[in-house]
Amino acid sequence: MMEIILSLGIGALAGSGVWLILRPRTFQVIIGLSLLSYAVNLFIIAMGRLRTGAPPVLTTPAAGDPSLYADPLPQALVLTAIVISFATTALFVVVLLASRGLTGTDHVDGREPEP
Amino acid sequence: MADHLMIAPVVLPLLAGAATLLLGERRHGLKAVIGVASTFALVGIAIALLVTSDAASDGSTSAIGVYRLGDWPAPFGIVFVVDRLSALMLLLTSILGAAAVVFSLARWHRAGAHFHSLFQFLLMGINGAFLTGDLFNLFVFFELLLAASYGLALHGSGVARVKAGLHYIVINLVASLLFLIGVSLIYGVSGTLNMADLAARIPEIAAENRSLLEMGAGILGTAFLLKAGMWPLCFWLPTTYAAASPPVACIFAIMTKVGAYILLRLWLLLFGEAAGEFAQFGGEWLLYGGMATIAFGVIGTLAAQDMARLCAFSVLVSSGTVLAAIGMGQVGVIEGVLFYMISSTLGIGAFFLLIELVERGREPGADVLAVTREAYGEDDDRDEDEDQVGLAIPVTMGMLGIAFIGCALMIAGLPPLSGFIAKFALLTAALNPSGMTQGGGSVPSASWALLVALILSGLAALIAMTRAGIRAFWAAPDRAMPRVAVTEMVPIAALLILCVLQTIQAGPVMRFMQATAHSLHASRDYVRAVLPPAEQQVRKAGGT
Repeated sequence: MMEIILSLGIGALAGSGVWLILRPRTFQVIIGLSLLSYAVNLFIIAMGRLRTGAPPVLTTPAAGDPSLYADPLPQALVLTAIVISFATTALFVVVLLASRGLTGTDHVDGREPEP
Repeated sequence: MADHLMIAPVVLPLLAGAATLLLGERRHGLKAVIGVASTFALVGIAIALLVTSDAASDGSTSAIGVYRLGDWPAPFGIVFVVDRLSALMLLLTSILGAAAVVFSLARWHRAGAHFHSLFQFLLMGINGAFLTGDLFNLFVFFELLLAASYGLALHGSGVARVKAGLHYIVINLVASLLFLIGVSLIYGVSGTLNMADLAARIPEIAAENRSLLEMGAGILGTAFLLKAGMWPLCFWLPTTYAAASPPVACIFAIMTKVGAYILLRLWLLLFGEAAGEFAQFGGEWLLYGGMATIAFGVIGTLAAQDMARLCAFSVLVSSGTVLAAIGMGQVGVIEGVLFYMISSTLGIGAFFLLIELVERGREPGADVLAVTREAYGEDDDRDEDEDQVGLAIPVTMGMLGIAFIGCALMIAGLPPLSGFIAKFALLTAALNPSGMTQGGGSVPSASWALLVALILSGLAALIAMTRAGIRAFWAAPDRAMPRVAVTEMVPIAALLILCVLQTIQAGPVMRFMQATAHSLHASRDYVRAVLPPAEQQVRKAGGT
């Protein structure tokens, strides 16, 4: 059940992200990029196998059976990916504003299409 | 101490970049000193690493240096790996970087904020990508170099740069997301991110997970191919490169080669002969995609209306050649392609720098005007030529002209410069799969296709360069004399002299490339260096 909900969620996020990236306005593109990066982050977590109630760090000094524990590595990866995508999104917003200021339009090509 | 030299190509630009960031905006002089000093120190470090990695010159014993960050054992901690290929790419990067940074001193480094800081961070990202032995760490370094390159692509501002930069950023952000999907799929299947560990585990992957691994590798490969500029993922490249300021475009010439380097490294490591059922996975894609890229680049060079676009399309031809040759998957071809990669990157870098000097004295739009004149057959300034017989050519123009001829020879791959030797080595190996001495044997059709593509691309480059040269140097009626600073001419001359040296010293250079190609194909040596056999056995005994 958990797997189905998560994969549906990833699919919905990725699908709407891709659709938005292909739109002509810069704001739509940036929202699309954010949605896509959420989908990717969830996907990375899912690649560490989905399970509930398993601790990610060894709780006793003696190393036990690793299959009893959640994989901590994807969580560390997701943390890095979130930080990086946050930074690049912020950078993209700046460029987007510069483009809006220089060209006077929010179209991705810098000019309105001919009607 | 010698061990810590391996991490210096990352730490030094980081420190230099941070230091220049802290200085105020007005202290251009000090910033320039720090930037130049750091870049030249990187050249020295790269040479030292190259000499160390080549110490075992017979090619049999591995001369692979491994740097464990925090001294954690390999599959658990992050490792940096220096072998011949890494050291070679480091040297190429630092040489281009030195040329670009010296060139920028004349005027470009003041055209916008934080040029030197961004430049150092870019060098750090590129060096890190060449050094790292860990897939996720590679992602981090890619993001570093991309973040710096976003800033540099916009350096100097202006509508054209912001427009091109916007597309460049979106494309690369999407590519980074693809990169993450690929990495996490591979992790989900194999349970490791360390490249050497991955290479050791790939033959043991269960049959039902095979398609997942192939999917992951395919998605990851797409991300790299986008950076390397393979058709049809390359439409962003000419516009961005042509719009970037000259020193930035010069260092960007190495960025497509980062993608090519990663493909070369990962593909031969993960899907080489040792990979069992996965051997040569996706090789045909590289081969035919590379050829399509050459074709697209050739059409682009012939259609280009100005020199910057011409050069940007030459970047595509160059990376197409590299990709197609990697796809052939033969040791001999890899030797040739490494030689080609060095010479074409140097030539293209020099040409990007030269373009701005040549164009400086001309009115904007002069090229479009010249094309219009050709098309409509207008010859309105025929009379003026009569008086100009025997006009002395000014020294500056002479220098620029010689440099232009040098760049044209490099890019078109004509003798006597090293571009010719590179193509010759490449084609010799492709047509003689079993070695030069053994005649006979059938030549695969892919080799013929590559031969035709390379010859045609050389011809097209020659035509395009000749046309551009005639327009720029002979047929510009009312040009002002470009004022060129010494610091702008020296880097171009240095890059071209390096090409000449590569031609004269072709023997030793080629020997090094052979050793590099052989050690790349001996992927077991790489695995053994990163994961010492004792540790591997412990891991196996513990049950993975």
